[in-house]
Amino acid sequence: MNGRLRTLAATTVSVLITLFGLTVVTFFIGRVMPIDPIVAILGDHAPPDVVARVRIELGLNRPLWYQFWIFFRNLLHLDLGRSVMTTHPVLQDIGRYFPATFELATAAMIVAALIGVPLGVLAAVRQGTRTDHMVRVFSLAGSSIPVFMLAMLSLVVFYAALGWLPGTGQVSVVYDGIVPRITGMLVIDAAITGHWNTFYNALLHLIQPALVLAYFSMAYITRMTRGFMLDALRGEYITTARAKGLSTARIVWRHAFGNIWVQLITVLALTYAGLLEGAVVTETVFSWPGLGQYLTNSLLNADMNAVLGSTLVIGVIYVFLNLLADVLYRMMDPRVR
Amino acid sequence: MLTRRSVLAASAASPILASLGADEAFAATPKGIAVMGKQIDDIVAFDPAQSYEFTDNEVDGNCYNKLVTPDLTTGTTVVGDAAESWTVSPDGLTITFKMKPGIKFASGNELTAHDAAFSLQRVVKLNLTPGFIVTQFGYTKDNVEKLITAPDPTTLKMVLPKQVATSFLMFCLSANVGCIVDRATVMSHAKNGDLGNDWLKTHTAGSGPYQLISWVASDHVILEANPHAAVKVGCNRIVIKHIPEPASQLLQLEHGSIDIARDLLSENLKQLKGKADFTVLTSGQATSVYIGMNMGKPHLNKTEVHQAMKWAVDYEGIAKNIVPGTYEIAQNFLPAGLPGALTDMPFKRDVAKAKQLLAQAGYPKGFSVTMDHIAAAPYNDIAQAVQANLKDIGIDVKLLPAQAKQVFTKMRARQHELILSVWGSDYFDPNSNAQAFCADPNDANNSKLQILAWRCHFYNPPLTKMVEDAVKELDGAKRIAMYQDMQRQFRQIAPFAMLLQQNAVAVLGKGVSGLKIGPMPDYTKYADIRKA
Repeated sequence: MNGRLRTLAATTVSVLITLFGLTVVTFFIGRVMPIDPIVAILGDHAPPDVVARVRIELGLNRPLWYQFWIFFRNLLHLDLGRSVMTTHPVLQDIGRYFPATFELATAAMIVAALIGVPLGVLAAVRQGTRTDHMVRVFSLAGSSIPVFMLAMLSLVVFYAALGWLPGTGQVSVVYDGIVPRITGMLVIDAAITGHWNTFYNALLHLIQPALVLAYFSMAYITRMTRGFMLDALRGEYITTARAKGLSTARIVWRHAFGNIWVQLITVLALTYAGLLEGAVVTETVFSWPGLGQYLTNSLLNADMNAVLGSTLVIGVIYVFLNLLADVLYRMMDPRVR
Repeated sequence: MLTRRSVLAASAASPILASLGADEAFAATPKGIAVMGKQIDDIVAFDPAQSYEFTDNEVDGNCYNKLVTPDLTTGTTVVGDAAESWTVSPDGLTITFKMKPGIKFASGNELTAHDAAFSLQRVVKLNLTPGFIVTQFGYTKDNVEKLITAPDPTTLKMVLPKQVATSFLMFCLSANVGCIVDRATVMSHAKNGDLGNDWLKTHTAGSGPYQLISWVASDHVILEANPHAAVKVGCNRIVIKHIPEPASQLLQLEHGSIDIARDLLSENLKQLKGKADFTVLTSGQATSVYIGMNMGKPHLNKTEVHQAMKWAVDYEGIAKNIVPGTYEIAQNFLPAGLPGALTDMPFKRDVAKAKQLLAQAGYPKGFSVTMDHIAAAPYNDIAQAVQANLKDIGIDVKLLPAQAKQVFTKMRARQHELILSVWGSDYFDPNSNAQAFCADPNDANNSKLQILAWRCHFYNPPLTKMVEDAVKELDGAKRIAMYQDMQRQFRQIAPFAMLLQQNAVAVLGKGVSGLKIGPMPDYTKYADIRKA
């Protein structure tokens, strides 16, 4: 029990130090950027007296350490300041934009895991065959074609040329603003409230960006699964299982896969964290109103409160998904308990 | 890779998609709703006392009336908007406006002179970014309530603290900052003495043909017809979707998912050539692309060097090959369309002459210099063309591309050498650009006027005096002549090579008509947009 408490305390301290470090680095990078935040707020034409007044109002005339102290003190009260771009409190903005990213990333993750893991297993089982080569080329393409190009290609083929799927945005204009906001995830909200036309429309809008993201993530999952499986299939217990005359399916799925899925949890968790970080490019091309687009626009507009807030939220998600993977790893694998 | 199996699978899937509503998803936009694809991530606030960016000004222009508006057919005078008529006292210091009767705000309240006085007073009291357009006449928080008054609901009286040209005042009142807000509605949302600013950032309270009903930053703006407006609109709802990629805008326009595309580039326009279904609208904007040369740097402080660069640039090549349709050559600080703008183009590429001027300046072998520019289309390509042009006369240019606000920050700190940048007029009066490009009354760091001339250390007292004199000139024709004279002198002595004037381009889909693009964003009008 003491050991567990010690582990918990060490993990908590490590998480807090990581988050504090992230806050410090993000804050100071934001402040040393060669962009005057006042220009970002007031524009290039603002007269010097207005610039000077707003600089004082925002405390930007104070020493950097003092600005950090104010920021950190507000952060402890969950006050991330106001976004210049949207005029809303940053936390409110994140609450608005994050569900769209969560919806997109989760859909992409489900597709990527459901296809990527079996493909990786298949490639490992048929190592050196045409199937293996095809899977490797397929996954290599996924990780080497720029997402931007893939997204544009997808729009050109499935929207413009074939007309199978809708274009950009989360929903068609006709359905905009109809569904009351509950979770912030349009597909879910539309289903909960019984707006089925909006549900189908939003689902169709979700397919393209989710598949583009899924392909990108799937490539990584497939390669990692293949690697883990190849290692597992070389194990002596597999030779024993074969000698016992067990079926290939049983050997592959029960014995080999049964030993790699703990490692896969880390891969899946990190991939999911990567997707939640905001699929910046995909969201931009598909005009998806998510955190990635919010962060990109904030950066381009030097909206530092929004950048800091979004980065911190992403950092927190990343740290906690890592932590979750770690905990699951410990729970599932008796060797690391 | 398309395989037989994937094609078969896709074919099998298509009826399923259709049954799920795919047909609706790709159907043309509904009647009565015009959908516009536009980059709208520049929006900061819709409060006319604060709004200063392209899209928020454009939206305000469709939601508010002003006292006066420029007569865009002549471009030299203003006509009444909410004001029916006005008289100017013989000394030019008092202007009395008579308001039009029967104009109603979206709330149903009648627009009166009290609303007009309140709107101008709050601009001065809040003194946000565009506040200087009104405060430059001498209005302050302390005097504005005494000097801008409404003796009765139909009369607005403006007393000027100092003498200025009436046309200058009128054009400034026609700027977005001159929008008249509904005093009762705005004050019902006021808190902590903000005169309703916080609420008005995300709402409108005007009497124009539309009212704002939804804005989600970097996603959409939705406008709905003002039920009390005198103007009957063609489409009851205007949806402006944020589509940052021009290629995406084109794709969606061709597919009928949007009715109007607003940010197409030259290469996108080429793809539309010969397609009769689309209507391309272009309109010259009061937006100029220029090269600024910082005279604070030793090798850039000679007029011959400035002239050499102006003669080295291949204006025609840039306009024809890089930005056809979206920009035109413009070599004066006043863009075509603004009162007093000259349209002649004295400079063309002449390498021999440019080299000779450089030799006269004491740089026969040229020199090295850096050029900051915005890292976005079309500035990247223009910068590279200028780099190649200057290389031909011995000037070795190192390009420093950066995000727009970074480029502006560096220029405001006067740390640049050359800069390829863009300037949009603040209001429809020649003083806006004349002051920006020519006036530097005090070149010290604590100067109260820190616009383009100051940022490039272009300290030229005679030219600055011409700017100051022109705003006081009461004779309209004489005033215009002064600006024309200023432009001629500017071309010879200023460290600015004026290159291009932007054309706003809008492409309308099949059966769509009626969009009017103005020379400045707040003069772009949606009211007549119609769908067949």
